[in-house]
Amino acid sequence: MSEERKVKVRICGLQKYFKTHTVLHVLNGINLEIMEGEVVVIIGPSGSGKSTLLRCINGLEELSGGDIIIDGHNISSKKVNMNKVRESVGMVFQHFNLFNNMNVLRNLMLAPVDLKKATKAEAEQNAMAMLERVGLADKAKAMPRQLSGGQKQRVAIARALCMKPDIMLFDEPTSALDPEMVGEVLEVMKELAREGMTMAVVTHEMGFAREVADRVIFMDGGRILEEGTPEQIFGNPQHQRTKDFLNKVL
Amino acid sequence: MDMILRSYGPLLLRAMGQTLLLALYGLFFACIIGLIVGMMSVLKNRVCRAVALVFVNLIRGVPMIVLAYMIYFGVPYLWNNVLGRSGLTFTALQAGSVCLALNCGAYMAEIIRAGIESVDVGQMEAGRSLGLPWWRTMQRIILPQAIRTMIPSIINQFIITLKDTSILSVIGFPELVNTAKNVVSKTFMSFQTWAIVGAMYLIVILLLQFAAKYLERRLKQ
Repeated sequence: MSEERKVKVRICGLQKYFKTHTVLHVLNGINLEIMEGEVVVIIGPSGSGKSTLLRCINGLEELSGGDIIIDGHNISSKKVNMNKVRESVGMVFQHFNLFNNMNVLRNLMLAPVDLKKATKAEAEQNAMAMLERVGLADKAKAMPRQLSGGQKQRVAIARALCMKPDIMLFDEPTSALDPEMVGEVLEVMKELAREGMTMAVVTHEMGFAREVADRVIFMDGGRILEEGTPEQIFGNPQHQRTKDFLNKVL
Repeated sequence: MDMILRSYGPLLLRAMGQTLLLALYGLFFACIIGLIVGMMSVLKNRVCRAVALVFVNLIRGVPMIVLAYMIYFGVPYLWNNVLGRSGLTFTALQAGSVCLALNCGAYMAEIIRAGIESVDVGQMEAGRSLGLPWWRTMQRIILPQAIRTMIPSIINQFIITLKDTSILSVIGFPELVNTAKNVVSKTFMSFQTWAIVGAMYLIVILLLQFAAKYLERRLKQ
């Protein structure tokens, strides 16, 4: 990263505990920088803290310690308006989470109109353009329950894009899909990456990581064990844990 | 039967009107209390949740008749005789409405809490991730979905509350049961009078159920 690229997300010494009946130490000292336009793919066994890391970046989880700075705003500070930050950080969930009480078009228009980012007419035009982009313009009036998993996820991506985010977070976007629907979602994500979107992707799709990632991060036990280009991680992993994991999934 | 209807029909109808009035006041404030307390019990804030929990358990744990005596006789007594202030009295309608509102409100709060919790947490997270504030997400996404699962329980609670107005005959409010008691004491025709009163409740509640079914079907589109 010698060229003058802007740091979009800077994570310093992030700690996260879940306190239920026992204390679960999910993230233990995460340090990570994501550059503008970079695609970072996070891999690792389940329970390693990948999803929690993404959820922390979007403020869906409170930080137990450390800092996350997004575009210069330290989200752990009480003074920062988290809603404002979230407007520029899109998130795509494993289970799509489309609003079940509205049709596809209204799913896309709700936030831009409600947050006064656009008039109704502009929002609708933009929403239709986004649906066009994910190949679902004909589903604008459909209700979420009438869509297949792949279609739902593409709508969810379009919905996030309607807020014109600078960063997109993907939390296992294809894990809940039937195998034949994974491709259509990955295709949309690849397209986004090509357009220069800053992306952080938690996934088990190693093919996607290899093809699209600028950097691959391997997490285990709440720490980043290893990071590097896809060639480094997949071709010549340094850590035994990484080797074991890759042997199992590849 | 004929004689009761002819001589006391209008009186009983007026009493039914009083019952409905009382129920209406009670339900109106119960909805407000239920919404506020119900929302408090799903907030992150521990104090709000604790207050809601204590309120619901307190009200649910005390029979309504005790609540009615407490509000109608106990509170003014405490104010005027124990605390030494003066002039506090409630009409039976005021005390009765408050009593119904508190009682029904506690149950409504539980219905609303359960309804909100029945909506997948992912819906809230999706709203928040787009930058929508908590309350806005609640209004636009969670509550519209929750209300559908809540409607049958809310109607059920309305019916229970309507019948519970009869308990307030003990504080002398001239609702249907209280009035019927007077009719019986004058005519001694207890079977006929209570049969008529029972039928009156039944008709009103059946109408309410009918309206509820219609509403439920409309909401399902």
